Amino acid sequence: MSSFKISVRQFGVHAILVEWPNRVEESILDEILQFIQYLKKNHLDEKEWEFVPAYNSLTLICKDTVLDFDYFKPKIKEWYAIKGKIEPATRYLWRLPVSYDLEFGLDLEEISGQLGLSVERLIELHSQSIYTVYGIGFLPGFMYLGGVPEALEVPRKPTPRPKVLKGSVGLAGKQTGIYPQDSPGGWNIIGKCPVPMFDVKKENPCFVKVGDKIQFYPISMAEYQLHKIEGEVGIYNLEKKVLDA
Amino acid sequence: MLNIIKSGFYTTVQDTGRFGYREKGVPVSGVMDSFSVSKINTLLENDENSAVLEITMTGPSLEFEQDTYIVLGGAEMSVTLNDINIENYKVYKVNGGDILTYGKLLKGFRAYLGIKDGFKTASVLGSRSLYKPITEGDSIKKMSSLPYTTCKQFNPKISELKVDSVLEKIKLEVFKGPEYKLLTDNQLAQLFYREFSVANENNRMAYQLNEVIEGNKISMLTSATLPGTIQLTPAGKLIILMKDGQTTGGYPRILQLSDMAMSILAQKRSGDHISFKLK
Repeated sequence: MSSFKISVRQFGVHAILVEWPNRVEESILDEILQFIQYLKKNHLDEKEWEFVPAYNSLTLICKDTVLDFDYFKPKIKEWYAIKGKIEPATRYLWRLPVSYDLEFGLDLEEISGQLGLSVERLIELHSQSIYTVYGIGFLPGFMYLGGVPEALEVPRKPTPRPKVLKGSVGLAGKQTGIYPQDSPGGWNIIGKCPVPMFDVKKENPCFVKVGDKIQFYPISMAEYQLHKIEGEVGIYNLEKKVLDA
Repeated sequence: MLNIIKSGFYTTVQDTGRFGYREKGVPVSGVMDSFSVSKINTLLENDENSAVLEITMTGPSLEFEQDTYIVLGGAEMSVTLNDINIENYKVYKVNGGDILTYGKLLKGFRAYLGIKDGFKTASVLGSRSLYKPITEGDSIKKMSSLPYTTCKQFNPKISELKVDSVLEKIKLEVFKGPEYKLLTDNQLAQLFYREFSVANENNRMAYQLNEVIEGNKISMLTSATLPGTIQLTPAGKLIILMKDGQTTGGYPRILQLSDMAMSILAQKRSGDHISFKLK
């Protein structure tokens, strides 16, 4: 039996929104990922449907057809009730290199003052934590990561930068993440990751998926330069570990 | 090849879009006015996913290298094929060396040029739709050229379609969005009993509206958005996501445009009026 109450709502004529309780919680994310797996295996063909999970919701988008919501609403509730325990797709812990050099960490000194932590301690806390990918969106390959330690919670910058460089690692409120491309942005920039988060030349353009975990590890400027070249030619090897379900 | 002599204000290659990558944050893209493009591809007896040129506001000048057939549609612009005026929704034969020139915009905002069998530009992640950074650029540049297959003989089943005025409507049909029920009576009254005008901030990603309504105090977790989703910001601004719109967002999704309403809105420009009608 599934332990959460879900709501099923029509979202235009091509999509259905399934929602779990309004909380950021690993157990809710697990349920969503299991349900995706169940639906793909049993009811909704991956060629026709897209599955977009984020925090406490799953949006099911049908490519062309106008959906018969009266059919799907009870069906989805029924499928959720009977799905049982499903093995979700294999989840990984990815270790991503970050140079916290002050050349990249434009706001490191400023927020170290705001937080009352030394720059060294700030880097240590940021790279010790393990973050959960609760969603991917906003830009191709942009991860919504949860699990920022309270000691690192710092407000966004009062004025966003018109251009944050691709690879920049940001920190704002309860969130941290990597800008996958040059973009305007209001997060505090604390470092840079040389590994591209989105690479159209790869068969799977974004190695991370919702439900995976991320840990950052500090690297020197020399290592950054090396990984950067590897990233550009597409031969980087990432450290990953299978997570137990 | 189709040689781009002049590119126009913003001319892009689009098909029906890039499906299957929204879970990685990739917008679906595709033609903004699918109603018009579907008529064009029907006349050419093309696959519905055939790539066309989407021409915004001012058009290009183009030279065809091989024989083929074309159909124009969407916005009405004065267009000449070797100095002879041609019209929307009629099949025309073009010969190698012919020049197509776009002039004045007469009605609407986005014109389309369809070609027999579609443009054969590179497909990236399953689509020819240009969207940066998935594709290198997002619009076509002067001096570049677009591949297409030669077609010497084509006898269309239907050689022309009537131009209808449905795209000139100002009333947009909407469905209730996921956060609709959180709207106050005051917000509902402001939404449905007045006209809005399109702001200068309008493009393939989103259309903003000039008039604001009462802002929202709703806090929600980031969740999926779709083309046609209308978001309400804390300051009361309405943002209508279009085909290149982001795949997730944190603002309440109060309304959702119908497919037809998306096509109608795609033909509106800064200052044009619209209103909403619940379906």
